[in-house]
Amino acid sequence: MAQNDHTAFVMRDRGWHPPAYAPAYKTSVARSPQQALMSLQTPTASELTGPDFDNFVLGPVDNDLLLNFRPGTDRDGLPIGERIIVYGRVVDQYNKPVPGTLVEVWQANAGGRYRHKKDAYMAPLDPNFGGVGRTVTDADGWYRFRTIKPGPYPWPNDVNSWRPAHIHVSVMGPSISTRLITQLYFEGDPLIPLCPIVNTLNDPEAVDTLVARLDKAGSRPMDSLAYRFDIVTRGALQTYFENQG
Amino acid sequence: MTQPTEDGGLMYPESPSQTAGPYVHIGLALEVAGLPPRDDEIGPEIATPDAEGEPVEIVGRVIDGNGDTVEGILVEAWQADANGVYQTDYRADRAFRGFGRSAPGEHDAGEWSLHTIKPGRVPHPNGDAMAPHINLMLFARGINIHLNTRLYFDDEADANAACPFLTRVPPSRRDTLIATRENGSDKPRYRFEIHLQGPQETVFFDF
Ligand SMILES: [Fe+3]
Repeated sequence: MAQNDHTAFVMRDRGWHPPAYAPAYKTSVARSPQQALMSLQTPTASELTGPDFDNFVLGPVDNDLLLNFRPGTDRDGLPIGERIIVYGRVVDQYNKPVPGTLVEVWQANAGGRYRHKKDAYMAPLDPNFGGVGRTVTDADGWYRFRTIKPGPYPWPNDVNSWRPAHIHVSVMGPSISTRLITQLYFEGDPLIPLCPIVNTLNDPEAVDTLVARLDKAGSRPMDSLAYRFDIVTRGALQTYFENQG
Repeated sequence: MTQPTEDGGLMYPESPSQTAGPYVHIGLALEVAGLPPRDDEIGPEIATPDAEGEPVEIVGRVIDGNGDTVEGILVEAWQADANGVYQTDYRADRAFRGFGRSAPGEHDAGEWSLHTIKPGRVPHPNGDAMAPHINLMLFARGINIHLNTRLYFDDEADANAACPFLTRVPPSRRDTLIATRENGSDKPRYRFEIHLQGPQETVFFDF
């Protein structure tokens, strides 16, 4: 890849993203910078490049959460829960596909419990479910995972806060300027509007873009329902060549 | 929601960020979560001992507004190679990978570390060379959108003083971007403390 070929990106709309300080989400209070972010008028190669993953070799079931926690020993069952396919495209703000980029997911099991040392929720671990996946988008920006639908879980914020069912989604995009971690919610979940983390977003339309839609046509009869979730990364502006700058 | 663009097309809004949460390690730092690692995890070894350049270790902590260490932090790093070139073609089998991740383990008291080489000087668009630096991104519970910062090296005083990027940072806050060299075991070690709030608040960038 040509080192002097750097694409700039559409400015990030900080009002569309959640603010750093969102006091209803209590942990943000002590973890939000109080000084203004320093805006770069002239981004450099440091911001306009990032790792691409076209040649990153993944395991054959890295994107199959139904199978990827079964190392072929005594754990030979399938995870408990609703079998689902989560798929979609990574595109930029101009609807151009983002190929060769790493998409990573993690989630709780069907009971709302994470396979994490620090998760002490009373729901049981599922011996057949790890809850982690990764894949690289194809030439047209498509990605695909097979998993089970995660359960909602309680968390200490207000006395009685619950997370809606969600999958954490991480995408790199073409540069570190497009780096993004977000969460996928499920259409029809009544917990979505009650969640202090969801409500760090000020605009209900922003929330709506994080709700995966039931995609009956993409489902596999007698097997799995499908949910469609497209991810939009910052739009790539014209290419410039720093040698000519 | 869509907005019209200059050419009459539609421009979609970027997917909005949500916090990476307390269990980010399950997805991005499996060993810290207690999960068996897959082949080729993206980890704290940005450069192996075979990579060109001076081997260095980076260690650091992230401190919140109460003065407490953020033990659940996940740090991502992106840096140029020893020649000041960003190697964008990520391959796990390369001696120099350019990209890495670090998260404190159970017994690390919130200290994260990276093993890498000191990056070369990357040209600024104005033609001058920037001082060696590593780009860092921070993710954790309570951080609603990741924070971007840069780490510079305190033993590069001349390059730092001439860096067209660093010299735009207000002088009173410039030190928050400079890691301090200390005696490491087998290679130079640099310590970098990131403050999310307070009088020593680290400079974070919007780009
Ligand atoms: Fe979660």
